[in-house]
Amino acid sequence: MNGYNFAYLDEQTKRMIRRALLKAVAIPGYQVPFGGREMPMPYGWGTGGMQLTASILGSDDVLKVIDQGADDTTNAVSIRAFFQRVAGVETTTATTSASVIQTRHRIPEAALSHGQILVFQVPIPEPLRFIEPSEQETRLMHALEEYGVMHVKLYEDIARYGHIATTYAYPVKVDDRYVMDPSPIPKFDNPKLHMNEALMLFGAGREKRLYAIPPYTRVESLDFEDHPFEIQAWDECCALCGSETSYLDEVITDDAGNRMFVCSDTDYCMTRRGEVA
Amino acid sequence: MYVAVKGGEQAIANAHQLLGDRRRGDRELAELSVEQIQEQLRLAVDRVMSEASLFDPELAALALKQASGDTIEAVFLLRAYRTTLPRLAVSEPVDTSAMRIERRISATYKDIPGGQILGPTYDYTHRLLDFMQLAEGEIPTPARAEQALESCPQILELLNAEGLIEREADDGSEPYDITRDPPDYPVDRAARLQMLARGDEGYLLSLAYSTQRGYGRNHPFAGEIRIGQVEVEIFVEEFGERICIGEIPVSECQMINQFGGSREVAPQFTRGYGLSFGHNERKTMAMALVDRALRAEELGEPVNSPAQQAEFVLAHADSVEASGFVSHLKLPHYVDFQSELELLRRLRRAHAASQKAASDEEVI
Repeated sequence: MNGYNFAYLDEQTKRMIRRALLKAVAIPGYQVPFGGREMPMPYGWGTGGMQLTASILGSDDVLKVIDQGADDTTNAVSIRAFFQRVAGVETTTATTSASVIQTRHRIPEAALSHGQILVFQVPIPEPLRFIEPSEQETRLMHALEEYGVMHVKLYEDIARYGHIATTYAYPVKVDDRYVMDPSPIPKFDNPKLHMNEALMLFGAGREKRLYAIPPYTRVESLDFEDHPFEIQAWDECCALCGSETSYLDEVITDDAGNRMFVCSDTDYCMTRRGEVA
Repeated sequence: MYVAVKGGEQAIANAHQLLGDRRRGDRELAELSVEQIQEQLRLAVDRVMSEASLFDPELAALALKQASGDTIEAVFLLRAYRTTLPRLAVSEPVDTSAMRIERRISATYKDIPGGQILGPTYDYTHRLLDFMQLAEGEIPTPARAEQALESCPQILELLNAEGLIEREADDGSEPYDITRDPPDYPVDRAARLQMLARGDEGYLLSLAYSTQRGYGRNHPFAGEIRIGQVEVEIFVEEFGERICIGEIPVSECQMINQFGGSREVAPQFTRGYGLSFGHNERKTMAMALVDRALRAEELGEPVNSPAQQAEFVLAHADSVEASGFVSHLKLPHYVDFQSELELLRRLRRAHAASQKAASDEEVI
């Protein structure tokens, strides 16, 4: 596109972000401050993920963008169109043929493979933020590995509800060191973070933080021996492809309260339907 | 039968086309030009430049036009453009003492060297709708003084000479650049003033007001407010000296606040500072009050009010960040909502079962 550099950001900015990414990969789960720039999309709409994608994108990359697991949600469409316009890269909806996948709120159902990069959009990178609002304090807590409050919070959930009442953005411990917010993915997706073959990058534009989980890194979801971590399950299967193992979205079909459940990952669902048919 | 929703791309394109149509309004009426906005909505243009931290009246006017007059949207447009600009040079600090004054007042002395100069102000206008402007009446040309203004020394410098107010000196350190580096709390005063300078006016105004009503009170006096043109200079290596690259209008407010002092240092007035592009008097006054409130810790005052808490004040001052994050709630959250639904249903099932067990026990 005329007047703008490849992938929108200037090369110096991209270089600054890549250097921060190298640090993030070297210290898995650690939030690296970076000089986040304004993007031509609002903060909170994926500017962190977009800056990371812009910094790592090359002309031979194949980009997939999903929001809520779907390629056709409005913001996914908008971000994909943005990179087509400013980088002219090839795009795809197929998880397996993408080299870079930018995502909001989901990890694709299909297993990722070595060499793929998954870029997460992160609203609040600090897992301790809702326990301790001050950034000065939380940085100190990370430095001292002082994570007791997080377990207290989870314990209070159990005492009050009988369950841990965190269903998304469920905190994890990365490589036995840093407690990390996996972005608001459902806890259903947390097990996919563990020993994943792909490189996973997390970008928070407004908060100007990025972090990473390198391939084959141990990632555990916080829990207790007597209340082990568990993921969501549905009584139904996907009404379109019949999957019993994917994350399902509930769709209200009429005003009588009838509903059906369908895969949130549209590529996974369509691939299965293609295979079944 | 349910079909997965498609066609986001076409819907977005159509929505944008409709937006363009609404922006233009009735085609029977002449289209508003950017020049008209720049000349006739001057204060809106100044606010947009100030919160976008880019001095360019024409582009700020364009942003206002494109945003249909929505200031926050216009600030965002201009800020997003600013971030793509190369940095060719860094200016020398502007010297507001050498300002070509258009307005200059002090609330601390009746008469001051150089005089009180009202300039173009809404102060003392009676807020009565002027129906003449509906009829597009002619505006008379303002009266002009015969001779040039006398020099206007900074009021706070007069106090400074007597040692009554704390001195501020340039320690020569490189100021933090909030546009290039992420804020690192606790931030120093240079970073804080930058963050306040681009902070949302309404937000700063409310916080400033809260300090006056007792939440972090610091007894302010408007020491001096001055508005006018200042020269922007850069140092050119090849010439070995500074050259002036142009003039910009700025507003500056210096607040005088209650005493600080210690066993070693005699009691002195303290300062709060506000500066912004263009004619932005309300903003600079609010900024100066909040700046002073945020100095509480440094001056050994108790920190117990919202306006005194640096992380709270500064992390939420930017309208581009705030409006982005609030508006992102409009994006789909199906997946997380589904997670919550699943948990809520499970909790309600468990609750119903325990209620039933309890009532069964009562029957027995």
